[in-house]
Amino acid sequence: MKAIGVILAVAVALALQTTAARFLVRGSVAVDLVLVVVVYVALISGPATGLLSGTFAGLAQDALSSSVIGIGGLAKTLVGFLAGIIGTQFIVTASIPRFVVFFGATVLNACVFMGLYVLLDLRHFGTPYAAVAGQATANAVIGVVAFQLSELLPGAVERRRAGKSRLRR
Amino acid sequence: MALVDIRQRSGYLFLVVTLGQILLISAQVNTKSGVPVIERVTFGVFSEVQRGFSGGLSGVRNVWSGYVGLRNMKAENDALKRDLASAQIAVQEQRALADRTRGLQRLLELREQVALKTVAANIIGGAATPDFRTLTIDRGTRDGVRTDMAVIAPGGVVGRLVVPSARAAKVQLLIDRNAAAGAIIERTRAQGVVVGSGDDRLRLEYVSEVSDVVAGDVVVTSGIDGIYPKGFIIGRIEQVEKSGGSYKRITIKPAVDFTSLEEVLVVLAPSQARDAAEGPSE
Repeated sequence: MKAIGVILAVAVALALQTTAARFLVRGSVAVDLVLVVVVYVALISGPATGLLSGTFAGLAQDALSSSVIGIGGLAKTLVGFLAGIIGTQFIVTASIPRFVVFFGATVLNACVFMGLYVLLDLRHFGTPYAAVAGQATANAVIGVVAFQLSELLPGAVERRRAGKSRLRR
Repeated sequence: MALVDIRQRSGYLFLVVTLGQILLISAQVNTKSGVPVIERVTFGVFSEVQRGFSGGLSGVRNVWSGYVGLRNMKAENDALKRDLASAQIAVQEQRALADRTRGLQRLLELREQVALKTVAANIIGGAATPDFRTLTIDRGTRDGVRTDMAVIAPGGVVGRLVVPSARAAKVQLLIDRNAAAGAIIERTRAQGVVVGSGDDRLRLEYVSEVSDVVAGDVVVTSGIDGIYPKGFIIGRIEQVEKSGGSYKRITIKPAVDFTSLEEVLVVLAPSQARDAAEGPSE
């Protein structure tokens, strides 16, 4: 059941990435919604689920990107695994630690992804520091907001229901 | 024997998955035989998902902007946009025509190059990862599109077709890091190669240090790559720097705004690059 949920979340993120993201973000800053989902899943489910969701998401992105299949997968596997370990070893419930995890995960993903391409002499990225920093910030903001929404929405619905039943009495 | 819960062995699982992907990467890097089958199949399947999502998204946007918002103005605006797009394409064709009439050799090639056969396509998706600059269009091999066909927009050159499936195709944008096109500076006829830089700017390479190039010069396709038709606008030179070597360092602002593209034209003319790769036909 959990696996289906993860697959569904990654699929929705991929679909949004390819259809909606280009309308939301302009210029050279580009979000990676799939990476946000992988880190989110890893933080709430641990390293095993994190690495498997990273593998699945990364391979799917590779297959859809005309890139070497496995490079994005490897990068996201590592990110999912480490984010899962951080989620189980540290208390990552406040916004700032979560922001740091999402930011660091994006930077690590970019380092592994671009590093492997450069190492294999398949692609050169110039000096992508500003683009990576921009993407990391955007991903971190989206990740933190997603966490806040997923935590606040159920409580808000409960409070609304409780308020309604009190009025009826 | 009791089954081992893999959640308790995430370190081993990580090693196995990592090793598997390293083997996968190695296999692909060693064999450079075109598009992998898995990529083509995945792309074909996923393009249908993209089509559905894009349709849903367009539907919502159309309902919002067409019915909830300014209903009459949107219809009028759409008509004006269509007219403007047609006019811009006509201007580009005229510009290409004027260039070609400058020389006898170009004049001889006029008949086969002027009437570009194109097919219009809607964009149904973007890149799956921000590191690659691609688009998905709703035309595939059933509509006659093939690998290495040029894709243009009213503003100028968009990119080339890289992975066609039956009903959709992936377009590599000119701003992708792996993209390149033969280019010529319209004013001085200095030749070079335009390459993508991964962001929203292009670089013009191999232009001699002694060439007369200034900011504002228009850069057009030279046609020597065998993919892009000659004379189509790539962009305007934004910055010219001395690199200290034999060539200038030139930055180009693309004529096309890649973030707001919605419709493009695929040039159905045969691509010399593709034909050369496929070998002589029977």
